[in-house]
Amino acid sequence: MAPTPATGPSASGSGVQTTGDGDLAIEVMDLTVAYRDKPVLWDVDMSVARGVLMAIVGPNGAGKTTLIKAILGLVDISAGRVLIGGRPYEQQRRRVAYVPQRGSVDWDFPTTVLDVVMMGRYGALGWIKRPGAREKHAASEALEKVAMSDYAHRQISQLSGGQQQRVFLARSLVQDADVYLMDEPFQGVDATTERAIVTLLQDLRDSGATVVCVHHDLQTVTEYFDSVTLLNVRRIASGATREVFTDENLRATYGGRMAWLKTGSPTEAARD
Amino acid sequence: MFDLFTDYTLRTVALGAGVLGIVSGVLGSFTVLRHQSLLGDAISHAALPGIVLAFLLTGSNEPLPLIVGAGVAGWLGTLLVRAIVRNTRIKNDGALGLVLSVFFGMGLMLLTYSQSRPDASQAGLDKFLFGQAAALLRNDVITIAILGGVAIVVVALFWKEFKLLSFDPEFGTVLGFRMGSIDVLLTTLVVIAIVIGLQTVGVVLMSAMVVAPGAAARQWTDRLSVMVCLSALFGALAGVTGALLSSTGARMPTGPMVVLSASAIVVISLLFAPNRGLVWDWLRSRRTVVQSGPQDQVTGRL
Repeated sequence: MAPTPATGPSASGSGVQTTGDGDLAIEVMDLTVAYRDKPVLWDVDMSVARGVLMAIVGPNGAGKTTLIKAILGLVDISAGRVLIGGRPYEQQRRRVAYVPQRGSVDWDFPTTVLDVVMMGRYGALGWIKRPGAREKHAASEALEKVAMSDYAHRQISQLSGGQQQRVFLARSLVQDADVYLMDEPFQGVDATTERAIVTLLQDLRDSGATVVCVHHDLQTVTEYFDSVTLLNVRRIASGATREVFTDENLRATYGGRMAWLKTGSPTEAARD
Repeated sequence: MFDLFTDYTLRTVALGAGVLGIVSGVLGSFTVLRHQSLLGDAISHAALPGIVLAFLLTGSNEPLPLIVGAGVAGWLGTLLVRAIVRNTRIKNDGALGLVLSVFFGMGLMLLTYSQSRPDASQAGLDKFLFGQAAALLRNDVITIAILGGVAIVVVALFWKEFKLLSFDPEFGTVLGFRMGSIDVLLTTLVVIAIVIGLQTVGVVLMSAMVVAPGAAARQWTDRLSVMVCLSALFGALAGVTGALLSSTGARMPTGPMVVLSASAIVVISLLFAPNRGLVWDWLRSRRTVVQSGPQDQVTGRL
């Protein structure tokens, strides 16, 4: 992709001239992120069409989480830009929902499942206003979708890993977004829950939303996701799963470890 | 004890200590939940040079200028902690320790200097070290009540934002809230909660009032709202008990008395609170061992 002259976010507010392609849900251009001079992401380009379910795949330390956080403006970007639906992210916050890694919060916090899910509505509520009956209703509906209605009034420390994951999913559902960014939504969930979550994500996609997940299990990529981005600090490849998810690209992504991945027992290799 | 209803001084003391206990209990809940217990310690110690400087500059020992001085110094201390964490490789605990000791050292130095001045004896600045509830005047109590009332109203207004900040600040950022500003606001309220207690409890032990009530309240409930109310109640109880103990009889410094009262509440809570209390935990684990073997034990958490 040709480098685009970086106009500030304010300049692109007027719209027409900007580089964004309105048909793309997410455009990442020349993105570089560094921690203390060490690049975590290097010159990454990624385009995600509307209505796809995409996996971001790569070895540990490849920058998968950082890529999601950079799109969301949670980490400082050294260079490059990110557009959501053709516009800078700052103008599109409401359209983007986020499922962080389960371990990123203290689950011993004194609050209930319903309360956590309602947090997804806080952005729409704005400052100071309190959640009311509407928010409660939205949260209950989302809990039903993830089969957690019975747990609405549980304290969150009493949940299993899979249940915590579903609570975070429900919280993103009430954000009522077009674009969903999820950091390892299958981490630590059992097979049944994983099935249920995949179905949910595919339903989201089929209803027109765009879903991008950091994913670890190479064995299930082809089955679950229609698109994939292979990442190892640099973007190795990105596009439709059947075109991009090739042995050659995987070797380029995982380097020397690929031989072991291919010969080892499938589940073991993927679960690592 | 019956003097409480007749003795004007005791009533003033109890009222002041109670109000500051409520305020530090409310704000302390959030500091405990955010794993920032050391922050209170840093703020209260950092406030000392501000108190002395305010006195040296204004020559007044009215409550307001001294509290403002304490607040400004405490607030600068927290900003310095943030700046150190952001710009160096020193971690949060190291930065807190540094700021605490450097500011407190400066405060002690200024205090010694100020006491060489002729008017220092009347100012009684040394009561800010360990606190002297008996010295509370009606004016002090009014100042405490107004500042504390403002702090509690702000907590009520920004309840949702503070909850978000304490539970999942990154998610708050994604939702579009300026979490940095919310953090500064909450920290400012913690500074207020601390400085209004300094005259009564003292800079050395004031942090106990920010940590103990919240930690105790957490044992009894799994709801944030209930926890904050309980914490306010515990704070008031510890404040009043400590202040009364020190004002009557032996005229001990108030800080240690308040800390002992607060510690008693914490110990009782840790032992006897349902679900989390160690005693129930022990009883439950005994019962489970008998019924279904050790692998099913419910592990309690503090």
